[in-house]
Amino acid sequence: MLIFSVFKTLTDQQVTVELKNDLSITGVLKSVDQFLNIRLDNIKVSDETRHPHMMAVKNCFIRGSVVRYVQLSAENVDTQLLEDATRREAMNQVKR
Amino acid sequence: MSSLQGYVDRRVLLILQDGRAIVGIMAGYDQKSNVVLSDSKERVYSPDEGVEEIPLGLYLVKGDMVVLIGEIDDALDAAVDLSTVRAEPIPPIRY
Repeated sequence: MLIFSVFKTLTDQQVTVELKNDLSITGVLKSVDQFLNIRLDNIKVSDETRHPHMMAVKNCFIRGSVVRYVQLSAENVDTQLLEDATRREAMNQVKR
Repeated sequence: MSSLQGYVDRRVLLILQDGRAIVGIMAGYDQKSNVVLSDSKERVYSPDEGVEEIPLGLYLVKGDMVVLIGEIDDALDAAVDLSTVRAEPIPPIRY
């Protein structure tokens, strides 16, 4: 749930999503849902010569379960805050 | 909520877990990202031949199989001569 909130704060930022089929897609994060499905706008596939399949696609929906990494720019994330929040969440889970 | 709303009645490209690429008109979807495509065609990519389009008709794809759904810009798509496109097929998902 915490990571869902983190992604929500990142909407309208440029991100790169690496999928489990080794496709990397860069685009503007439009929205996220509870499954971490992602909507990207203005997408660009890295290595377009090798992957011309999405030439005519400008915006897309990516299923959360096939995402391997999401690359964010460091200045958009408050790492200290995130660290504290994740630890707090982990503590709460232990207590429960 | 990042749903598939906005893709209904649009031409979309569906990429599946096994690497297949299907284009069709999104007829409907649900919470689990199960998708119904009408008038769908599979695009088969190969490195030494142009793209082959295989008509599939009305297709229901289970949400588990979906990797990506992209809205096709018809003008851009029409500008591409598929018979000249040479490419490796999209790799399947590896966990």
